[in-house]
Amino acid sequence: MLQKRSALLAVSLAFAAGAAQAQISDGVIKIGVLNDMSGLYADLTGPGSVVAARLAVEDFGAAKKGMKVEIVSADHQNKPDVGSAIARTWYDTDKVDVIVDVPTSSVALAVSQITKDKGKAFLVSGAATSDLTGKACSPNTIHWTYDTWMLANGTGNAIVKTGGDTWFFITADYAFGHALERDTEAVVLKTGGKVLGKVRHPLSTQDFSSFLLQAQASKAKIIGLANAGGDTINSIKQAAEFGIVKAGQNLAGMLVFLPDIHALGLQTAQGLIFTETFYWDLNDNTRAFTKRFSAQAPRNLYPSMIHAGVYSAVIHYLKAIEAIKSDDGTKVIAQMKKMPTDDPLFGKGSIRADGRKLHPAYLVEVKKPSESKGPWDYYKVRNTLPADQAFRPVAEGDCPLVK
Amino acid sequence: MASEDRAAAGVTREEGSLGHQRIAFTVMVVLFVLAPFVFYPVFLMKALTFALFACAFNLLIGFGGLLSFGHAMFLGTAGYVCAHAAKEWGFNPEFAILFGTGASALLGIVTGLLAIRRQGIYFAMITLALAQMIFFFYVQTPFTKGEDGIQAVPRGMLFGAIDLSRPLAMYFFVLVIFLAGFLLIYRIIHSPFGQVLKAIRENEPRAISLGYRTDQYKLLAFVLSATLAGLAGATKALVFQLASLTDVHWTMSGEVVLMTLLGGLGTVFGPVVGAFIIITMENYLAALGQWVTVIQGAIFVACVLAFRRGIIGELGHWLKKPL
Repeated sequence: MLQKRSALLAVSLAFAAGAAQAQISDGVIKIGVLNDMSGLYADLTGPGSVVAARLAVEDFGAAKKGMKVEIVSADHQNKPDVGSAIARTWYDTDKVDVIVDVPTSSVALAVSQITKDKGKAFLVSGAATSDLTGKACSPNTIHWTYDTWMLANGTGNAIVKTGGDTWFFITADYAFGHALERDTEAVVLKTGGKVLGKVRHPLSTQDFSSFLLQAQASKAKIIGLANAGGDTINSIKQAAEFGIVKAGQNLAGMLVFLPDIHALGLQTAQGLIFTETFYWDLNDNTRAFTKRFSAQAPRNLYPSMIHAGVYSAVIHYLKAIEAIKSDDGTKVIAQMKKMPTDDPLFGKGSIRADGRKLHPAYLVEVKKPSESKGPWDYYKVRNTLPADQAFRPVAEGDCPLVK
Repeated sequence: MASEDRAAAGVTREEGSLGHQRIAFTVMVVLFVLAPFVFYPVFLMKALTFALFACAFNLLIGFGGLLSFGHAMFLGTAGYVCAHAAKEWGFNPEFAILFGTGASALLGIVTGLLAIRRQGIYFAMITLALAQMIFFFYVQTPFTKGEDGIQAVPRGMLFGAIDLSRPLAMYFFVLVIFLAGFLLIYRIIHSPFGQVLKAIRENEPRAISLGYRTDQYKLLAFVLSATLAGLAGATKALVFQLASLTDVHWTMSGEVVLMTLLGGLGTVFGPVVGAFIIITMENYLAALGQWVTVIQGAIFVACVLAFRRGIIGELGHWLKKPL
């Protein structure tokens, strides 16, 4: 009898242990960093995002809390077919629990769909299209760092108000460019400006001369660059060669990152106005993070806001897992939305039901070479938009989740 | 290609017993039926669609002697049309695939009529030029959604009954399509039509002097190849639930040339082997990023220098049996 009972006890104990184990699938939380490792967005995202994720796991203290966290990474080459194939393989065979970063809106939209089908979690830092929290929103996706509506609202408003009321757009021809152009155009029209024309270029273009000449011929006061990364750098450099700014037209880089300014140099970039949600020189916390990040990053780059977003998102993700003791994608995302966010880089914030992370945004101006006190001292913060004004109101997004 | 290569895979010895090809075919089918229980089904499905694509391409170059450098347009067109039909018009998967394949067949007739008027390098250049025009059309036209591609294409219910979102159901569906395409190609190259095609490949003026209207034969071969490439493209769109610009880009046309050459030009099984090798490399070397293309280039050079008949071609030569 006693023997029988102890056997029963052993079996039930084994089951209990099995159940506890099953909460975190295979005992490991596997984070997949999927981005552009070698192309035009490599400096803004790329290996830097892997560094940011690693720092987040360290700062969360996963090892001390007995959580096993692994980070894998891959290059999606900015192609939706490559990106979705990697995402599928990661979820199906490599036991990846969450995919983070994913710049290039077309790839992000594809990964968001797959993540929803597989019931995993997707934390977007790199992609910009506001559709991720709009008509393409998903219960498994959180859009972390910034979006096209926020850029358009921050930058567009500021420029129209200072007299830049006629625009010509040079737009990257894919989901991100279209969304950015659409959102900026809406802001320009709303504040009483006019759009004189637009031209679209393929992703990763080397020669912008024909597009810039069209922009010049339009006689618009502002040439809006609805592109990013290497494309923005090329268009700004070539605009300088054409003497467009000297002739009286102004460039508005709608999406510019710190590493872009580093690549352009202050001489070319001075006076550009744009919106970011993170700058390394904001406070002691951001400076301390930057020091650690730069030590590990390739070519000692300073972090872009995308890197900061990856760090912040991974910390909050691990906190949510700690709270509910499960790594089920849908449940973790729900928990992340429930808990307020708090991390050294973005401070206190929250996540809305449509998956939009809320935090302040900064309107910055690039310093003149004479104003810069040292390496990477590039921005003057002109204005801070509080979290409740920086992002699109829920009601305007058409997200099916909040109807 | 030198004439000795053609002779190696050519007409004379293929007239012999085809029993060993039946054995090889059976082995292939058994392997494919067992494979999804060992390997990742999506990877296998990708390889199968490319194998069909390479077989279709091989029909034209290996048996018709026509090197098309624009086959991506058929793969991509069928993919886009199938994806659009399945997603926007709610077609069943079988009709969406047929519809996409039909679109490629039509495109094959139009481009074929223009291209087959010339031979050799001019033929290759005309097909490349047409493919680039088609590519530009897909970049600009709104229904393809530019760089985004048509995403989240539903796999749907096959014949309204079989749920294709289950990986194994989808796999066997793709396998059936592949085998049907493969057998059709096998039938074509062993038919009288196929014999005439080989005669044209060997010596076109002589075929003309024997009274064959070679242009009509070449056009039919071109359209058949385009249609089967389209079948592969339409199936691929459903497998990945995505139709993107990669499939119409000229590099895709180059890749299928590589697959066919590596496996063995003018062999029955060569393109299948070539496709599996290239896709496996792309899959497992993906971490090396851009280096995959360099490695593929090196393999191509090695293949052309060391074994010009391709893997299966050399094997067949060694066994003294056409495979």
